[in-house]
Amino acid sequence: MSIKLKHIKKTYDNGEEVLKDINTEIEDGQFYVLVGASGSGKSTILNAIAGFIPINDGTIEIDGRDVTNLPPKDRHLAMVFQNYALMPNLTVSENIIFGLKARHVDKEVQQERLNEVLQTVHLTEYKDKRPTNLSGGQRQRVSLARALVSDAKVILMDEPLSNLDAKLRAEMRREIRALQQHLGLTVVYVTHDQTEAMTMGDQVMLLNQGRIEQIGAPLDLYNAPANTYVADFFGSPAINLLDGQLMGNRLQFVNGVEITFNHELAGPVRIGVRPESVRLTPQGAFRGRITHIEPLGDGTNISVEIGAAEPFRLKVSDQLNLRTGNEIAFDILPDQMMLFDADDRLVGLGPINELAV
Amino acid sequence: MQKKQNLLALVLLLPSIVVLGMFVFYPMIKTFWLITQLTDLMGNPIKFVGFKNFINLFHSDSFMTSITVTMIFVIATSIFTVLCAYFLAILASKKMRGMGLFRTIFSATMGISVTVASILWLFMFNPQIGLFSKVLAALHLPDVNWLSDPVWALVAIIGTTVWMNIGFAFLILLGAVQAIPTDLYQVADLNGASKWLRLRKITLPATEPTLFFVMVVTLINAFQTFGQVDILTAGGPDYHTNLLVYSIYQDAFVNHTIGRASAESVVLTVIIMIFTFIQFYLNKRKAAKYAG
Amino acid sequence: MQVNRTKQIGNYLLLSVIAIILMVPLLLGISLSLSSSSSISQGNLFPQKLVFSNYVRVFTDTHMAQFLLHSLIVSGVVMIGQLVLSILAAYAFVFLDFKFKKTAFVIFLSTMMLPFESQIIPNFNLMRDLNLLNTYSAMALPFLASAFGTFMIKTSFEQLPPELKQLSQIEGLSHFQFITKVVMPYCKISLITFALYSFLTNWNMYLWPLISTDNDKVRTAQIGLRQMRAQDTASNWGLIMAATIIVVIPTMLIIFFGQKYFKNGLTSGVIK
Repeated sequence: MSIKLKHIKKTYDNGEEVLKDINTEIEDGQFYVLVGASGSGKSTILNAIAGFIPINDGTIEIDGRDVTNLPPKDRHLAMVFQNYALMPNLTVSENIIFGLKARHVDKEVQQERLNEVLQTVHLTEYKDKRPTNLSGGQRQRVSLARALVSDAKVILMDEPLSNLDAKLRAEMRREIRALQQHLGLTVVYVTHDQTEAMTMGDQVMLLNQGRIEQIGAPLDLYNAPANTYVADFFGSPAINLLDGQLMGNRLQFVNGVEITFNHELAGPVRIGVRPESVRLTPQGAFRGRITHIEPLGDGTNISVEIGAAEPFRLKVSDQLNLRTGNEIAFDILPDQMMLFDADDRLVGLGPINELAV
Repeated sequence: MQKKQNLLALVLLLPSIVVLGMFVFYPMIKTFWLITQLTDLMGNPIKFVGFKNFINLFHSDSFMTSITVTMIFVIATSIFTVLCAYFLAILASKKMRGMGLFRTIFSATMGISVTVASILWLFMFNPQIGLFSKVLAALHLPDVNWLSDPVWALVAIIGTTVWMNIGFAFLILLGAVQAIPTDLYQVADLNGASKWLRLRKITLPATEPTLFFVMVVTLINAFQTFGQVDILTAGGPDYHTNLLVYSIYQDAFVNHTIGRASAESVVLTVIIMIFTFIQFYLNKRKAAKYAG
Repeated sequence: MQVNRTKQIGNYLLLSVIAIILMVPLLLGISLSLSSSSSISQGNLFPQKLVFSNYVRVFTDTHMAQFLLHSLIVSGVVMIGQLVLSILAAYAFVFLDFKFKKTAFVIFLSTMMLPFESQIIPNFNLMRDLNLLNTYSAMALPFLASAFGTFMIKTSFEQLPPELKQLSQIEGLSHFQFITKVVMPYCKISLITFALYSFLTNWNMYLWPLISTDNDKVRTAQIGLRQMRAQDTASNWGLIMAATIIVVIPTMLIIFFGQKYFKNGLTSGVIK
């Protein structure tokens, strides 16, 4: 089932515009992630698709049918919530068939489907327990099972993993993704967590203050961010954004380092460098004192004072015998550089020329 | 969609609004009308007299006595109730084995009706066989005519009422004392604070909104006191325990002076309104305190 | 830190003494109810010999059994009425969006500052004119709606996670299904608390039953006790106390079993 959002606009009664012209198409069987900071409008889009809130303008189509003015129950979708939304007085089984009962589905069919989904989410042995006796992960599985049992082909998920601890979150990420691919579900997934967006999504929409910043596959958003906001959102540690000046075929960094760089643009630019797009070398053009160092075991995060607005963040895959205050030198890998214009829009990628000091 | 919600809301609210309209708002309006009327023995209005009922009321010695003893009663009852209940709440907030039993006993009077409480205390005050007379006799003190002495009768009613009210006040205050985060006390322990300092610097400030709140609720309830007077003293001796509601009852259903009783009702309403506003304000402050 | 045993014992001692002092009136009442008339008239506070005849006489010589039944009916009807009406009104305030919501809210709120004690005259006249004096209707009708109950239940409904409302929308629950299958089970504790509180208050009601009845037809137990008080001769104290203890038993049971509900429930809502 595909979902089409056409020119969706939503304004609150107090005049605040929370969605400004949202357009996208979610394909059948796609894992579609809506990501953004809080207040970006990602949950509002989900609520609009579900039909919880009326929109001011635009149309919503599910499977080619205009559902803009239909109540939630007629949109044939299911939902998984951040805080699980389980009834504390019902058992796992009763919670799962909650909707089937409300819709007066045949009793035998209810049981059949219940047993099926219980197996799918590995909860058969817990079916008579109450939610209070389950762990967070198990509760979320119940919530997932309840969504699956309805046979809806579209499942909306609103930050389903936010209440879980880090280890469980990683586990559930894989589990949900595997389930979605196995059952061919269309999932619209809301999260504020860039890792979830990157690791789970087929397609990711990054929102900022009610506007779409970029839509695309996770790696496209990472490698070719449409603007500095997108560049800064993905990646940890965050991308380095250095001020620079393009003059003919030379690119000058704010700290005075110059490289040859051919581009039709001239004037002030911002240069995006991912922390891992560097090479440590004693002859490096960039050098400075270490202000902060984080040994991670499988690598090291370093902040270096290079004379720019803020320390430069590096991420290397070696364990280093270095301490705060030590001098360090490195080069930027030119083929992974990004260039943004004065309006923060992406204008150039990669190396046009060799690094030459 | 919106129209459907309007209709449903009307259907859901209508039963309550009809009942409240018939038995709260209509009587209220009727009361304000009745104070301008002279009535016959059946309570039927016969003549418009303007504010005469009010003027007469405030020139009547018995009413002034009634309002004075009501004030004394209300203030004394509230202060003693809150003090006793607060002491019990702090005592019972300790974590000790078997505390549940004590808490149940301390809150038990909440379930005791006015009639039951009054009859139990009626015996305590009995001049021949009551407990207090026995105790006084054992201490070789002169006997007191608890319920027929103008001062002691009021004391007796205050005592009975405080005893009745302790249960509810205790339960609410206990909740407030228990809600104080234990880390506050841990910090106090680390600094070697004395018991008195802990009470003054931690317990009191943290429970202050609830304390005031219970005070006002007790005040409001005290103004509505009727049963204790009816059973223990019947307003006597010589109107010295003639609390406001008892006075209304007497004037309306025994003396059949409906105009006067209505005027007294209005006085009561105004008093309760003032305190209810204070209560709403305190409730907001309490909510704000808990949120912060 | 070591537990200070002396201090511990001191605490228990203090608590016990206070508990006994608080319970003296009730304990004396029980004691008298088990004493014979002669024992009481000789001035004994405690029975020389345990007798249960006072309790038997309450049921054989007085109308108390009948009055208790009347109390049960009135309290039960008012409790159910308050519960149902308050749930309906609270639902409208919390889950519906309607015109004049603020006005309706103020109407409910304002009834909390109009004491029933100040409206007994018009209410009595109304019941008299409707020919309802000495009926269950007269005793129950004025109390069927409760602003306090509405606010307490409203506060509890507001705690319902909005996701459960959304889930119910997706599954297409009707308003009725939503109330009975989701809201009421979720807010069970508050509903029980209010029901117990309501029953307690109604069972103990005094002024209105006194005014609205003048014969034994529907008279409640509280008023029955008042009648017995009129004959407080020494020889009668045993009987009066036995009746008193019988009347207080139901509410005491409610306090014992409902204590934990009251502490949390009554503080969470608006308190009368």
